[in-house]
Amino acid sequence: MSKTKVTAEPGKQELWVERVFDAPREVVFKAFTDPKLYTQWLGPGKYAMTLETFEPKSGGRWRYLHKDEQGNQFAFHGVYHEVLPPERIIDTFEFEGLPEKGHVVLETLRLEALPGGQTKIRIQSVFQSVADRDGMIQSGMEGGMNESFDRLDELLKKNTKKE
Amino acid sequence: MLSMDKFKALGEPTRRSILEMLANQGQLSATAIAEHFQVSPPAISQHLKILREAKLVQMEKRAQQRLYRINPDALHEVEDWAKQLTEFWDQRFDALDKVLEREKKKTHKKRKEI
Repeated sequence: MSKTKVTAEPGKQELWVERVFDAPREVVFKAFTDPKLYTQWLGPGKYAMTLETFEPKSGGRWRYLHKDEQGNQFAFHGVYHEVLPPERIIDTFEFEGLPEKGHVVLETLRLEALPGGQTKIRIQSVFQSVADRDGMIQSGMEGGMNESFDRLDELLKKNTKKE
Repeated sequence: MLSMDKFKALGEPTRRSILEMLANQGQLSATAIAEHFQVSPPAISQHLKILREAKLVQMEKRAQQRLYRINPDALHEVEDWAKQLTEFWDQRFDALDKVLEREKKKTHKKRKEI
């Protein structure tokens, strides 16, 4: 069963992502604001990730690049509206690869301390339109699917070697 | 799986606007849709053709009118996208789990040293 809960109701402009981590809130918050930690988990598997600009404080900017094995680059950028340790980060998000500029997403990350040193995070993304949201989900899916195929490839290679 | 033509169809702002209009207003004629845009009616009818071919909208001819509405099946596909997206975030967060595990160990070590 999936540990992550993603909610995208049809016809709405919102997307919710929730997950519980087995670590205290300060540590989880650090994983979102320390550049060394951030790059270790944010990039999808095979992509090389570069944090070009990273100012995780209220009013700061961010920009990162994903590069795939074929050398294709995907750039994203935004600004930090509010960084409130260790409970909240609000920022804007824009994918630079869209045919038109200005399709910005407002993201709010909330960290909630749970008993037993666990932390629940909730990411709310508000898109400018339903179509924007669904288009973004679509492109996220492309990445996820490619990764699934990569894993399958690896599995097949391993099994072939055994024989 | 979501087809590539749907992806391309959704990638264009005018077509996304048309879909939003139809989502909000139900059924509209090609003429009524074209009235909302600065671009020429033939350009709109080209967009509608692409949306129809991608099966994002359905068209019904009534007398002289062509009436368009959202294809309800397209909404179900959004739910499937969400499932795929869950997988994407799961992979990302599994990596975060490992980072957090390492960080917790570091913190423990430091405490012991103190």
